[in-house]
Amino acid sequence: MTFIPKGLLIMSVLALAACQNPDRYGSGGAGGAGGAGGAGGGYIDTTGLGDPNDPSSIAYFNQSVGDRVLFGNDQSTVSPEGRTILMGQANWLNQNPGYAVIIEGHADEKGTREYNLALGARRAASVQQFLISQGVNGGRMKTISYGKERPIEVCSEESCYTRNRRAVTVLSVGSGV
Amino acid sequence: MKPSIRILPALLALAMGPLATLPAMAQEPLRIVIDQAVIDPMPVAVPVFVDEGGAGDLARNLSRVVAADLAGTGLFREIPQEAHISRIGSFDGGIAFEDWRAVNARVLVTGAVSASGGRVTVKFRAFDVVNGSVIEGAALQFAGTTDGWRRMAHKVSDVVYSKITGEGGYFDSRVVFVSESGPKNARAKRLAVMDYDGANVQYLTDSAAIVLAPRFSPAGDRILYTSYETGFPRITLMDVGSLKRQTLGEQPGTMTFAPRFSPDGGTVVFSLERGGNTDIYSMNLRSGGLTQLTNSPSIETAPSFSPDGSQIVFESDRSGAPQIYIMPASGGEGRRISGGEGRYGTPVWSPRGDLVAFTKQNKGRFHIGVMRTDGSEERLLTASFLDEGPTWAPNGRVIMFTRETSGDGGQAGLWSVDISGRNLKQISTDGPASDPAWSPLLP
Repeated sequence: MTFIPKGLLIMSVLALAACQNPDRYGSGGAGGAGGAGGAGGGYIDTTGLGDPNDPSSIAYFNQSVGDRVLFGNDQSTVSPEGRTILMGQANWLNQNPGYAVIIEGHADEKGTREYNLALGARRAASVQQFLISQGVNGGRMKTISYGKERPIEVCSEESCYTRNRRAVTVLSVGSGV
Repeated sequence: MKPSIRILPALLALAMGPLATLPAMAQEPLRIVIDQAVIDPMPVAVPVFVDEGGAGDLARNLSRVVAADLAGTGLFREIPQEAHISRIGSFDGGIAFEDWRAVNARVLVTGAVSASGGRVTVKFRAFDVVNGSVIEGAALQFAGTTDGWRRMAHKVSDVVYSKITGEGGYFDSRVVFVSESGPKNARAKRLAVMDYDGANVQYLTDSAAIVLAPRFSPAGDRILYTSYETGFPRITLMDVGSLKRQTLGEQPGTMTFAPRFSPDGGTVVFSLERGGNTDIYSMNLRSGGLTQLTNSPSIETAPSFSPDGSQIVFESDRSGAPQIYIMPASGGEGRRISGGEGRYGTPVWSPRGDLVAFTKQNKGRFHIGVMRTDGSEERLLTASFLDEGPTWAPNGRVIMFTRETSGDGGQAGLWSVDISGRNLKQISTDGPASDPAWSPLLP
């Protein structure tokens, strides 16, 4: 390590990272307030989402507005159905400015690991750009890609792949970044 | 304690061996040509090494690892010890070559081990049984620490392999990989290293954060990988000795991944994603300076330097689907080299410079393949539900990769195959494992 000047590299400060960690999947992850929407992903904490009957709760957003859009094979263009969901998300986010947003992009398992990371990032960015076009402040939003690392469905058939090719809008309390 | 090994000056007497009992008869040269389409494995006998004091189990264990290394290549076939007629009671005693010829051995590897105070000395000779002579150069002596005994066995094997095939060895090497556990929708991943054969596993991280696709530095002293430790995918540099790690080139609003070293170890090429677009960048590790190498609205990722450092092979979907391109190390458009049906990714330049290994996806199957650097002579070496991420053995003759099985119980494992397509086999690991990356041959 002696040949790398410390000033040029940013050390990860782990304690700080833990507070900001959006990885709600990681075993050590704190971060975002769920967003599973009953999808059955193993380790997702769904407590603290509020009353689904309260239209300003995260639970309402996840279940009634819809927290995710799905994509075609190797696609990152938002479908007409997806646009309807995202218009609902934008409307909700504009009425509830107290939430920060992380948009997660995901891919199915039929691709190489690093390409799928890039593909998931494209999907997340696609959703972010659409939400910005609908008036949501870009400063409230961050994106992250999980590639094929975090499927919600585990079968190796198209029925599962369809649900895994997704971008999920994950909310947390706070005005954003 | 870190195992250390040094090669002692080869003793002239060692190289000459015991007096041959028969005049050397003119025979076909003892040589395996790996490029041959079909290989009849060469029969090799590895009797238990002679205990010359304090060796205990080490004498037997060393000889077993040597036999496993050689037979594991598929180029040699072991004559089981039970079939041996002769015993090697003394390292410098006469060899009854007729006894070894009688059990059809073509090569005989004898050795002797002594140990005291945590130090081990190993000497060995490899004989051409038909000619009744020591194979030229295949007689050496190593000294090292007891905990490094497997490495000494691998060094013996590397010399024997290399003298008979004319290729460099690869047994005394390590593989960094991702150890996996947990269900498919909540996989826990840890960085680990092991010997090339799966022994001596050490974990480098805990499973608190997802880690992906590690790579060794050219000297084997550092590891680059992608980690979610900060919450977002970031390229991370780890010092293997101290396990200290640093996030490189952190820029808010971007994702960085797919890092690889340049051949001189001073530069990292990687993918940086901004606003959904992924391009390839390089970072000078001394200055921290960043250079953008590709500038395209498509995905550019999985860069890999040529061994001379002058070019980079990478993956891009600029044509509409992922294909393989080569550009100068300074960046540029690049020329496409993959031309077949299907999708191509994860190109890795071979250490010999002659081939590019890749992952190919076609008609619902995944393959590991190799092609020449102009894209010609594509050969697919494997086929399965999901094969990906080839890495080259230090001698450019063997490829290790990830194979994952399908379905809800799908699991990843490490497999290896010769560049001829022969000798496909799974590497034994404690649990599921993925993303192997081979180290250089250890010093």
